[in-house]
Amino acid sequence: MTALLEVEDLRVAYGKIEAVKGISFKVEAGQVVTLIGTNGAGKTTTLRTLSGLLKPVGGQIRFNGKSLKKVPAHQVVSLGLAHSPEGRHIFPRMTIEDNLRLGAFLRSDKPGIEKDIQRAYELFPILGERRKQAAGTLSGGEQQMLAMGRALMSQPKLLMLDEPSMGLSPIMMQKIMATIAELKSQGTTILLVEQNAQAALSLADQGHVMEVGNIVLSGSGQDLLTDESVRKAYLGED
Amino acid sequence: MTTETTASETPETPETASAPAPAASGLIGLPAPLGRALATGGGILAVVSAFMSWTWTSAFPGDLTVYGYPGGLQVLVLIGGILTTLFGLASYGVRGLGALTPGSADSALKMAALGTFGTAWYTVIAISDELGGVVNLDPGGFVVAIATLAAVIGALALPFERPEPDPVDPDDTGWELFKHNSRQNWTNFRAAFATKAPAPAPTLPSWAEILVIIAAMAVGLFVFSYGIGTAYDELFIGFLIMAGFGFASLSKAGIVARVSAITAKHRNITMIGAFVAAAAFPFTQSNDQYATIGVYILIFATVALGLNIVVGLAGLLDLGYVAFLGVGAYTAALVSGSPSSPLHVQWPFWASALLGAVVAMIFGVVIGAPTLRLRGDYLAIVTLGFGEIFRITVLNLDGTSGPDVTNGSNGISSIPNLNILGFDFGAQHQILGSTIGRFANYLLLMLIITLIVVIVFRRSSDSRIGRAWVAIREDETAALAMGINGFRVKLIAFALGACLAGLSGSVQAHVTYTVTPEQYQFAYVVPPNSAFLLAAVVLGGMGTISGPLVGASLLYLIPAKLQFLGDYQLFAFGVTLILLMRFRPEGLIPNRRRQLEFHEEAEAPAVLTKAGA
Repeated sequence: MTALLEVEDLRVAYGKIEAVKGISFKVEAGQVVTLIGTNGAGKTTTLRTLSGLLKPVGGQIRFNGKSLKKVPAHQVVSLGLAHSPEGRHIFPRMTIEDNLRLGAFLRSDKPGIEKDIQRAYELFPILGERRKQAAGTLSGGEQQMLAMGRALMSQPKLLMLDEPSMGLSPIMMQKIMATIAELKSQGTTILLVEQNAQAALSLADQGHVMEVGNIVLSGSGQDLLTDESVRKAYLGED
Repeated sequence: MTTETTASETPETPETASAPAPAASGLIGLPAPLGRALATGGGILAVVSAFMSWTWTSAFPGDLTVYGYPGGLQVLVLIGGILTTLFGLASYGVRGLGALTPGSADSALKMAALGTFGTAWYTVIAISDELGGVVNLDPGGFVVAIATLAAVIGALALPFERPEPDPVDPDDTGWELFKHNSRQNWTNFRAAFATKAPAPAPTLPSWAEILVIIAAMAVGLFVFSYGIGTAYDELFIGFLIMAGFGFASLSKAGIVARVSAITAKHRNITMIGAFVAAAAFPFTQSNDQYATIGVYILIFATVALGLNIVVGLAGLLDLGYVAFLGVGAYTAALVSGSPSSPLHVQWPFWASALLGAVVAMIFGVVIGAPTLRLRGDYLAIVTLGFGEIFRITVLNLDGTSGPDVTNGSNGISSIPNLNILGFDFGAQHQILGSTIGRFANYLLLMLIITLIVVIVFRRSSDSRIGRAWVAIREDETAALAMGINGFRVKLIAFALGACLAGLSGSVQAHVTYTVTPEQYQFAYVVPPNSAFLLAAVVLGGMGTISGPLVGASLLYLIPAKLQFLGDYQLFAFGVTLILLMRFRPEGLIPNRRRQLEFHEEAEAPAVLTKAGA
């Protein structure tokens, strides 16, 4: 049985500057896999490449047994790979409900869409309370919830979350992480990119530490949490 | 009569003004009851004065010399006086008039009084100026001047809630203090005209709501045909003053919001009503001259609505849109049987209109395919370039610089009139007892085209593709992440817009007799051209149907009627545009979503209270 997502020797460059220098990792169905690392490590670049927003210069991406290298961004979604981008990118002037509906843009099963909207409201009750409100009026954390809910509307096989805790208050961050844990318990496969290593690693089945375009360390979430060098570099311990 | 008014009211002013000012005071220090009485009384007196003689000679246009019958500018003052009186009485809480002012009766009264005052004083000053002195005024002229002045003073004395003043920083320099004070005064001044959100409307039976829609359409038709029909400059300026303040007072009263809520509820009926009203327009005019203006406005407005798909819905800044109108017009002209067309064929209208639309759409795809990969400013520059390429190409296809297709700068002329099923568009017809001339015929035909464009706009904006356009406009990256094929969706918007412009062009060619390259450039003195089309969309309201229609009407009518300003015409026009964009950046008829964008500070509390409640 092959993994849901297989990345092999992926290399991505902005012009002449290589941002991702040949990384390989796998995501098995049902797993939560996290990429952690500092600013500029190439985490976001990796996700943007996976979802087709950037073109790789080398390497292989296999999703569900199919190569993603030549697939344009708008078709990646239809293959079952949803991307909740960094900085949330919600549609601020549309209502929350319209945002969610756009997440289901490629689906045509009306009853299923309605059911999934209700599911998103159950997952994030605050969105249900404000369904007719413009999304731009939500707080940062609520916007993050909306971005996640919207990504789920496409019924993805793999949900990619890019820095969901960025810029959030500690309480809001805990809420978001709790939601990710809940999604995991429901069997959603997640590829999580985070700077908050502690929170990400305690959730993850697998973790990869990235530094300037390379994966320098891989292991289970628990192993990395207790790893000496990770604790020094990312968890702020001497 | 004049002396009585002044004598009875001026002496009271000093004593009452010295009374301690209450917390909520007016802009002018008069007690509120007196102000209200002055305003209402002034309104009534203005109504009366409209039936008096204002000047002794009919040398001033409009014949204001007759007792017992208002004429010209007097009619405008009469309407203003009636509005002032009604809002004045409503502000007293007279039963039955409350329905007129769901918003704020006081602010509406202020606007109505200002409008009446402006029109009346403009008239009086114009009479004195043109005829050489105040001596030319009849008693009626003095009465109206004093009555409207009293109404304005009274209305401005009405109390309003002053906003909490900002504390002054003691370290401020004189200049900072001055800035602070002027900002404070400006906030106060704005608060004087503030209006509260109207209470939720009582549910009317449907027939009553439909009657309201019909009444609104009738008022709209009346105002519009009055504006087009203003025969002399003074009347048009008076009309502008009165219409501007009248609209402001109705919107302060909350009537505009209420009527638009009702029209939003019955969209189909409103649409049919609007088209019946527009079709009735030629029957209200005795002169084909005004139908000419009407048909040009309609062409301009229809093309602007097509552009609104591209700019307003999909958010693609197209600065060369008029080229597609040109493609349609040239295509239709080439197959029209014109002697200067190299193709000596005469196609029936349906075929040439279809051809015009299809050829324009092909051009849209050909131009769009390479350019739509660009975003924002780059797309604007490239479309601007393509617009000019069209014009220059057409100019050069004259037989000397290139193959002879378009007859170069002379254009394709003597385009024959249309003849559909034996109905000759060039001839006059008697319909329902009215004479319908050539331009009125085309007006009615163009109205059908407008209807088609309106339907296409509505269907597409409510559909899946419409939602994709809006998503692309709001955030292209996120839209891609939703699985929206940005390029294809944008190309559809571009091609659809081009197709609709081409359709309008195929009628335009016949209306104007001649198509020449310089009709289709970026900026030109008369609309439609790309700059004016874009202005109509932005001014009217992006993403709405009625917005570009209203915007185009104003943009056509105002320059056409302001020609007497001569060299200052464009200057006045520019100033008007700047002011409008300063005070109403979301356009005259805003899209709900856009309003949110431009007035976030105004919208936020409303949302908070809703969430809190």
